[in-house]
Amino acid sequence: MSRPLWKESAAAISARVRAGEITAVEAMDAGWDGPASLWEHDVHAVVHTDREARHAAAEAAPARGLLAGVPVLVKDNLCTVDYPTTCCSRILAGYHAPYDATVVRRLREAGAVIVGKGNMDEFAMGSSTEFSCYGPTRNPWDLSRVPGGSSGGPAAAVAYGLVPVALGSDTGGSVRQPAAFCGVYGLKPTYGRLSRYGLVAFGSSLDQVGIFARHAGDVATTFAALAGWDEYDATSRPAPAPDVSNWDAGVTGLRFGWPANLWANGVDGAIVDALERSANALERAGGTRVPMEFLPGEYAVAAYYLVATAEASSNLARFDGVRYGLRSSDATDVRSLYVRSRSEGFGPEVRRRILLGTYALSSGYYDAYYLQAQRARTRIRREYARAFESCDFLLLPAAPTLPFRVGEKVDDPLAMYLSDVFTIGANLAGTPGLSVPVGVTPEGLPTAVQLLGPQDGEGALLRAARAIEVNGDVARLPREHEVEASWPGKR
Amino acid sequence: MAWEAVIGLECHIQLRTRTKMFCECEVVFGDEANSHVCPTCLGLPGALPRLNAGAIRMALRLGLALGCDIRHESQFARKNYFYPDMPKNYQITQYDRPLFEHGTLPVVVEGEAREFALTRIHCEEDAGKSFHPERTGDRSRSRVEFNRAGTPLLELVTEPVLRSPADCAAFLVTLRRLVRALGISDADMEKGQLRCDANVSLRPEGASLLGVKTELKNLNSIKGVERGVAAEIERQRRALDSGERIVQATLLYDADHDKLAIMRTKEQAHDYRYFPDPDLPLLVVSEAELEQARASLPELPWRRVQRFVAQYGLPPYDAAVLGDSRELADYYEECAAGLDPKFVANWLMTEALRAVNERAWDVARWTAQVPAARMADFLGRVARKELPGPLAKQFIGWLADEAGGVDELLARHGVSVKGTAEDLRPIVKAVLDENPGPVAQYLAGKTVTMGFLVGQVMKKSGGQAVPTLAQQLLIEEMAARS
Repeated sequence: MSRPLWKESAAAISARVRAGEITAVEAMDAGWDGPASLWEHDVHAVVHTDREARHAAAEAAPARGLLAGVPVLVKDNLCTVDYPTTCCSRILAGYHAPYDATVVRRLREAGAVIVGKGNMDEFAMGSSTEFSCYGPTRNPWDLSRVPGGSSGGPAAAVAYGLVPVALGSDTGGSVRQPAAFCGVYGLKPTYGRLSRYGLVAFGSSLDQVGIFARHAGDVATTFAALAGWDEYDATSRPAPAPDVSNWDAGVTGLRFGWPANLWANGVDGAIVDALERSANALERAGGTRVPMEFLPGEYAVAAYYLVATAEASSNLARFDGVRYGLRSSDATDVRSLYVRSRSEGFGPEVRRRILLGTYALSSGYYDAYYLQAQRARTRIRREYARAFESCDFLLLPAAPTLPFRVGEKVDDPLAMYLSDVFTIGANLAGTPGLSVPVGVTPEGLPTAVQLLGPQDGEGALLRAARAIEVNGDVARLPREHEVEASWPGKR
Repeated sequence: MAWEAVIGLECHIQLRTRTKMFCECEVVFGDEANSHVCPTCLGLPGALPRLNAGAIRMALRLGLALGCDIRHESQFARKNYFYPDMPKNYQITQYDRPLFEHGTLPVVVEGEAREFALTRIHCEEDAGKSFHPERTGDRSRSRVEFNRAGTPLLELVTEPVLRSPADCAAFLVTLRRLVRALGISDADMEKGQLRCDANVSLRPEGASLLGVKTELKNLNSIKGVERGVAAEIERQRRALDSGERIVQATLLYDADHDKLAIMRTKEQAHDYRYFPDPDLPLLVVSEAELEQARASLPELPWRRVQRFVAQYGLPPYDAAVLGDSRELADYYEECAAGLDPKFVANWLMTEALRAVNERAWDVARWTAQVPAARMADFLGRVARKELPGPLAKQFIGWLADEAGGVDELLARHGVSVKGTAEDLRPIVKAVLDENPGPVAQYLAGKTVTMGFLVGQVMKKSGGQAVPTLAQQLLIEEMAARS
């Protein structure tokens, strides 16, 4: 007997479902009715689910496709017809989308079962999943710590074994940073590779749907199922998606950039250690280390927060209480309807960013802020392109720190923003990035590295991740809660 | 002091595409409220715009017709402001990189040919509609309706080159004619398919600097534009003459009472926070698309009018009337083929258009009822004098109201045209027999008597004789008798 079902990879589950050995309902219940369900009480990864809806979806799922019978949790900012879509904001309390996001539709077409919606920072604004109107998600490795954010719910759910695959969204690192904090893989594809249709917009030019999984191969399979042009998203890439089926082909001949200057200061020693071990693993597998100086725009954080907030201020204007969502009961005229509904509906971080973005776009400030940020962005994009002339991908930290404690940065926006320092470049440049777990510290916290590639470079990233997974001496360690014996039996 | 008015127009032209600008909802008017909506045009969370290529093809026709500079990579921008019938609380429009710039519209104003310079033309989406308590009857709430939301519009902005209300009216009439000829808009101002705001300022005659302007909105007809602009010029003139200063403001024109009311002043002006829409890539226009649009251009209305004058020798006024719409111009040319073009122009302009007006029809109804072939057959017989004039005029009504060819109609109404010598000769003989006096006078050289004799033949034939033939027979018969 192999691993228990709830710890299986998506590949193994879908193979067994396709072969008729198990049903989608069994695959799903293995998570929901198994040990994982007990963790959910403490972790709080899921904000909308429903046993009946889950079962209906599992029973309706075709027993074929790349993800046949694979239970998938999707972030609460992806539209689904069977669960509310609220972006974990009061302003969308009770909102049901009348359509599935394109990626959700493609999941279903690939045989996957959507089991519910994952917790997140309100409107994906945050790096700790503490800014959720439903309360925070906790890190399953240490409940006193944050799971990262904004896609903390989906990341945590994959980490503790509720589902083998989950979808998040990554505007500045919102998939890669929580993946790092939770010890799972987290892919942000090339901008435009996964459709944004049905992803509630935060920073439209930066947003990209991302994939969480516990295995590099599951990331590749899910990517293959979702990637591709979508007529409903004018920013989706028309060219065919890169073939990632060779994710297990090894890294022989691949060169990885080693910009050690990036972690000379301010990066946790455990992460520097993880980088070194990953580099060694890649070299052992046949990769070549290319030491380089890389300063991807000293102004990246500033540029990012101007572009993202400017776009957000406009994207979030539609939440006004007129057509859907929360409408203040105290409104006396249209103006007070807007002011009260939005003041009551949006949390403090969202309000802060709307104000910042509104300011950045204001007449008289536009040139100094938004336009200047776009210029910086163009430069950053060029710098990335130049870096990829001498290597196939870059190896660098996903986050500068290990998971921080709940409450630690919640009142210090700037410190929170700086936890994105290694991830936002890929969003500004529109290039892919992948968080790779590389074991745990002696204190039991996951460590991770990040791989960044050029546009459409997902294949090399997945091959490298697989090489680290197989050949590294730090391949994912068993977690305490994965020891079946330590769990009470199936309820 | 003598003042000169300086006017610039901002026109919105609703394109007659089948679907909306950024989604696949049909553009339909008058259907049940909110029955042509989708996640995109309702601004639902997560929905994205996708460009209607057909709207751009239509836009290209206008840009080419007006000789605009065409931007090969133009950009959509968001214009941010809150309004309940604006689903996303921003409008997708174009800002600093519009599709078209410059270009001119040739206009004839009171007989004088002018060219009005344009600033720009850009593409954008329309908003929905609000129904406020005065219309809903419910004092506590307004209603919003989104069937119109996302309808494709072109916004055309002129340079401040118009000088009078007459300029404005002629400009709009010409623009309307053009977009109809191009087949890109029905441009009915009453239905909001063509909308116009006017920027008006005054300056001392001969000055080159511009005065403080006001913007007039709610001009719902060409007459309304003319009268609203006239009222505003008058208001500014009186203010300036009495030493007041003009305050930059947006005014609403109330056509029913011919009154202007201030909607907002400059201090209350919005900051629209324009920025490029990140949901839409640059709008790229290729040479091939331009070529295709160029090939699809019909003969432009003003060129056609010029050709009517040159080719058919029509007076400019007649050419302008017949060239007013593509429909009428096409119809005219079909009817005129093989006939005297001036003769056909006269008949269409007097008899046919009168019949259209009497019935409160439009030209389309007429051309459907009296296709060009039917009309040409009729006009040919009139031209060959096979139908007498008075009968022909009556005949127009039969053509309009009944089916059937010329012969069929004659038979139905029991009319036999005394069109041949055999038909008429007995009547002519009888008239000569009955009027020896006048015959003698004619033969004695008093030729005006011929009119009387012809009249008698007409009378005896019940109006069915062709007068020229009657005269010819009278002369022949008298010569035979003398």
